[in-house]
Amino acid sequence: MPVRFDPETDYPLGSLRPDLVRTPSGLSLEDVTLASARDGTLDATDVRATAETLRLQADVARAAGRAQLADGIERAAELTRMRDDELLAVYTALRPGRSSAAELAAWADRLEEIGALRSAAFVREAAAVYAERGLLVRG
Amino acid sequence: MLVAPSPELGLIAANGPRDPAPELVVESGVVVRLDGRDASEFDVIDRFLVAHGLDLGVAAEAMALPERQVARMLVDVDVSRAELVRIGRGLTPAKLARVVGMLDPVELMMALKKLRARRDPGNQAHVTNLKESPALLAADAAEAARRGFDELETTVGVARYAPLNALALLVGSQIGRPGVMTQCAVEERRNLELAIRGLVTYAETLSVYGTERVFADGDDTPWSKAFLASAYASRGVKVRFTSGTGSEALMGHAEGLSMLYLEARCVSLARAAGAQGVQNGSISCVALVLAVPGGTRAILAENVLAAWLDLEVASGNDAIASHSAIRKTAKLMGQFLPGTDYVTSGYSVMPRHDNTFGGGNYDADDIDEWLTIQRDWQVDGGIEPVDEDEVVRVRERAARAVQQVFAELDLPPVTEAEVEAATHGYDSGDLPSRDRAADVQAADALLAAGVSALDVALALDRRGFADAAEAVIAMLRQRISGDYLQTAAVIEPDGLVRSAVNDPNDYRGPGTGYRLEGERWELLQALPHVVDPGSLGVPPADAGAILDELGPAVSSEDSNEVVVALGPAFAGVLRETIGGLPHEDVLGAVVAGVREGGATPRLVRVRRVADVAFIAHDGARLSGSGIAVGLQSKGTAVIHRADLEPLDNLELFGMSPLYTLASYRAMGRNAAGYALGHRVGPVPTELDNFARAKLIVRTTLLHAHESRAVVEGAPAVDVTLVRTHAFP
Repeated sequence: MPVRFDPETDYPLGSLRPDLVRTPSGLSLEDVTLASARDGTLDATDVRATAETLRLQADVARAAGRAQLADGIERAAELTRMRDDELLAVYTALRPGRSSAAELAAWADRLEEIGALRSAAFVREAAAVYAERGLLVRG
Repeated sequence: MLVAPSPELGLIAANGPRDPAPELVVESGVVVRLDGRDASEFDVIDRFLVAHGLDLGVAAEAMALPERQVARMLVDVDVSRAELVRIGRGLTPAKLARVVGMLDPVELMMALKKLRARRDPGNQAHVTNLKESPALLAADAAEAARRGFDELETTVGVARYAPLNALALLVGSQIGRPGVMTQCAVEERRNLELAIRGLVTYAETLSVYGTERVFADGDDTPWSKAFLASAYASRGVKVRFTSGTGSEALMGHAEGLSMLYLEARCVSLARAAGAQGVQNGSISCVALVLAVPGGTRAILAENVLAAWLDLEVASGNDAIASHSAIRKTAKLMGQFLPGTDYVTSGYSVMPRHDNTFGGGNYDADDIDEWLTIQRDWQVDGGIEPVDEDEVVRVRERAARAVQQVFAELDLPPVTEAEVEAATHGYDSGDLPSRDRAADVQAADALLAAGVSALDVALALDRRGFADAAEAVIAMLRQRISGDYLQTAAVIEPDGLVRSAVNDPNDYRGPGTGYRLEGERWELLQALPHVVDPGSLGVPPADAGAILDELGPAVSSEDSNEVVVALGPAFAGVLRETIGGLPHEDVLGAVVAGVREGGATPRLVRVRRVADVAFIAHDGARLSGSGIAVGLQSKGTAVIHRADLEPLDNLELFGMSPLYTLASYRAMGRNAAGYALGHRVGPVPTELDNFARAKLIVRTTLLHAHESRAVVEGAPAVDVTLVRTHAFP
């Protein structure tokens, strides 16, 4: 039976709870070796943290009393699902004077579409503040 | 240039006349006033802090605490870091700035020592060069890693070089010490691309500012920066924000507010945005802040603020603070002595003219001094001594590895001459020039082909660098577990991540917290140039005797006689003066001088005492004329007379390193003059006030030999030279 995750004592995950960590394709940490690189079973695009792992890290941050860091890592967990080019496009859209209210709303919709609810709310919150502070362009 | 304060230009370090009074009004769970502003006037920073920063659960309690009381808590070892961090969550920027503004420099250091996030201090290095030579980047990275830096940062002169520089740093760092994290400071899109490929592991290019206008001039908002931070984290990048006093004044929109207050807004914002840490401490504006009164103190105060907000701190000391070595080191002590997560946010491991960040406050030529200051204070500044052979070994290996990886990846060749120059050269001037057009073209192709850290590992492996390949794979495993996203994380060579979560600062006064002790202290004190005290002054085993002992010395009746009284080790255990004059020659000179003055020399060894005054006085009491020249082994000499008190004298020659054989000859001549009752002018002497600092260790060691040669209560003996030909 799997041992429950305790964010106060199970950090660092890589050393103490490797059983909880997988690559996106499901490899365990011990599968990520020079040997697996040599025989081609390891793919470069697979070498990254999953949303699930990042959520565990967010739990660790929250348990350590770091609410904002936890929020940021939770947004990161959501953003693992977003394509690289879209990720940069949202960032650019959030820069001052780049987007109309409608354009930011569209990005928020897109984030919701991939299940990035916190990030979507974050973009909507920005849009509301930008409207008041004159940081939007007319759409 | 120093400048008088000018609050309207933002040229005021702290406690500015226009800084708002701390204020927080909450109605029905909504912040309606913050630091002098009504909700309708909140700018983007205020709004972000209200939405994500302030913890209203603790704010009422925290804001009600008198400033003086909070300030005292910061330095009180009996108030825990956790308690201070809890209270800090509920304080507004104005109150944070006011509280740290009350602390004097020593109190700030105490607070920083208490509040640092990670228990063990660390350091970060800059690794760049003007030619963007991959071999030199790799060699410098390897040396930096081997010297103990936890993070290495590079950048580019030409943006398209980024993947090559990142690759050279990755290879070099893992050759030097597995686990060292690297970054390449470039534009965000390019940076994210490098991160996705695993070529870099952290970023600290996310700048934030204290006024809305400067923020907008930086082409960002708190929301865009916070989103970018999460975007980086989603791709496995450790993120650190950058801020610092003086940036708003430099960019012309400080709005009449003090540097420290604006920085309080910045670090509050960084925390609210979900950053695990900041690079703060004025950073590139340091010379501007040092131009205003209290600037150095304000910079230390901003480091304290960041630590108080539970952020990792890479505490500046990277950009050149001043032309004055004294001023910049005085400033450094504020971070160096208490210790920060990274004492510098970029120690230039190469000569500063190769530092393309415009950094190099401390550089390659200062490493020995840095190591010595660590040893002086028994303080860990994050740099380890490494002997020259080992430095050359890792440099050569890293340059060779990057040469082989370039070959394996079909990049433009790194020549043998480059490897050789990168290993042994001083700076990029020693490196042959590369075909830069071919390099940037290859860099573009590298990105287009999707080359990643995995390919780098395989290339290393195929070319015989399996250990470095393993280290790169280990860094990839770190990306999968994401442990280094936590506050103040560094990676040990064995892959263990240490951060504020599992290595929290537990300082609670003397005997607690990180202390430089045990093995680490042994390591940091054993500098390559440290001298073994046993090795000084001891004659070679095959050195023959210089003097023969004739028997106990008795008082003489010969009024023409001058005794030359020798210390217990003179021409025995010791063989030369501190100035390097052979004892045999010194004796010859004194004897010749005595004869030249018309008197008869008689050699006596005083055995009962090592002090030159007593050696000379004992000699004088044996001398028929009552005059003696006393000679200590290190070369100190006294001309004495039997009827004087032992600690009085006729002439004292205490500056032994400055004496020549002619000086000793003159001493002999004068002694003869005193013996014969002539009119004697003192031997001219010189003064060098540095001689003591330079030679006090040698003096001590030579005197220790002299003291050990003492035979308690033993009478003086007459001696003669074995090789009489030594007398001129």
